[in-house]
Amino acid sequence: MMRAFLALLARDLRLAVRLGGGGGMAVFFFLVVIALLPLGIGPDRELLARVAPGMLWVALLLAALLTLDRLFQADYEDGSLDLLSMGSLPLELVVVAKALGHWLTTGLPLVVVTPLLGVLLNLPGEAYAPLILAMLIGTPALSFLGAIGAALTVGVRRGGLLASLLVLPFYVPVLIFGTGAANAASGGFSGEAGQQSLILLAAVALSSLVLGPLGGAAALRANLR
Amino acid sequence: MADMNRISAAQRFHAYANPARFMALSARLLAPLWGLSLLVVGAGLWFALFDSPPDYQQGETVRIMYVHVPAAWLAMFGYSVMAVASAAGLVFRHPLSDLCAKSAAPIGAAFTFLALLTGSLWGKPMWGTWWEWDARMTSVLILFFLYLGYIALWATIEEPARAARAAAVLALVGAINIPIIRYSVVWWNTLHQPASVFRMDGPTIAPAMLLPLALMGIGLTLLFVALLLVRMRAEVMRRRVRNLRLAQAASAGEA
Amino acid sequence: MAEFFHMGGYAFFVWSSYAAAFLVVAALVWQSVADYRRQVRLAEELEKAAGGRVRRPSRAESGEKP
Repeated sequence: MMRAFLALLARDLRLAVRLGGGGGMAVFFFLVVIALLPLGIGPDRELLARVAPGMLWVALLLAALLTLDRLFQADYEDGSLDLLSMGSLPLELVVVAKALGHWLTTGLPLVVVTPLLGVLLNLPGEAYAPLILAMLIGTPALSFLGAIGAALTVGVRRGGLLASLLVLPFYVPVLIFGTGAANAASGGFSGEAGQQSLILLAAVALSSLVLGPLGGAAALRANLR
Repeated sequence: MADMNRISAAQRFHAYANPARFMALSARLLAPLWGLSLLVVGAGLWFALFDSPPDYQQGETVRIMYVHVPAAWLAMFGYSVMAVASAAGLVFRHPLSDLCAKSAAPIGAAFTFLALLTGSLWGKPMWGTWWEWDARMTSVLILFFLYLGYIALWATIEEPARAARAAAVLALVGAINIPIIRYSVVWWNTLHQPASVFRMDGPTIAPAMLLPLALMGIGLTLLFVALLLVRMRAEVMRRRVRNLRLAQAASAGEA
Repeated sequence: MAEFFHMGGYAFFVWSSYAAAFLVVAALVWQSVADYRRQVRLAEELEKAAGGRVRRPSRAESGEKP
């Protein structure tokens, strides 16, 4: 079972690398949104520093949403999802492999470029470490919760847009606790609030690791039959 | 041809064995439900508008509460109905529970919208702003988004059985998430705002105000149930129409 | 009477709340009932078109008054 799981994960990663697109597009989107922001609200460095953590998180959420339809759609269209659902691997683990692959090819690259974009937004120096840490904890939750939305809309016309609408409310806690960690570091709140939000973020992420595969597999079963 | 008929007859039997009983029962229940809800809401309106004192702090705006609080209650009640019906639909595969969940969503969404609107109309004179990012309004807004997503999912997936199962999964995931979202919003709110805004949850509600509130709450809940039944009846008929069309298309294909 | 409509200076907020509530509920009732009637009519038309092959719904099932 483990071997089947790893084989599926490796296949997804290989496909992502070979075909390119997805993850790279998300990073590019992230960059463009952040570049648009100062053009919209003005180049005031102090203002930018204050909104930077929240804006980085919001842009990251949008970039991650953009790639959700990649999660199951291609496999659904070429029929391999049907094969997977009949294979030896439980559907829950298929969702885990898919979400993990999504995180490795989309969430992780987004976190990696965040420091660079932080410079563009004049993010205060002491906020970098907590922000990156929060993103490392929070982005898996985005992939796993997103898997539910992607599974619900698999095989639906313009499913990507619908998946985003379905999933966004579930991203609210990640956004709140994620920005909480960085905001606490860059002043405003006590350090304790920052620690607390990191712990709460970790709790949300862990629960999404359970909820995502269960909900995603149930949604796939509903859609595949 | 004979084979075709047997299949559609079997399908019809499966889909309508129980709904037929539901149609008979709901047809008898509806008239008294409409009448009772009208009566109770009417009495509630009388007390809310004429026979209750203005609040010493909120003045006459307290009368908005007699609409706002029941609407907020029905917003949550509607989601609970939806979630419970969805769970029942997933477990027992009973077609009526799917229809119940589907029918509850637009009603719940409408009352959620109403709660937001009246909250805003109360907030302007009391807080001095149409919209305050306080924990309640924010989480009700997110609840509204959940409703819209649920309705959108039903509308997008064409095949009813598949749509029902997918929507049920969404409703249940939402039900699990609502407490988490709610908690995070409260946490966020206490972090960002000194609790300076006037809170509605005062320790005591005068009995003179409790009466219209209770009447409006009960009356509108009865109305909710009546609406739910009507919408479920419409859904049963919609499935019937769909089956008839499918049978027609099938026999036309054979001819 | 004028005092009643005045609502202690909050007339706009109080009355628009009640008006909005009335409109939303009325629209909901109207839409629900209209949709139900439409589905019943469609079902009847389709059954008529299908001739005697399809079982007619009993009175109780379609909820019609005799």
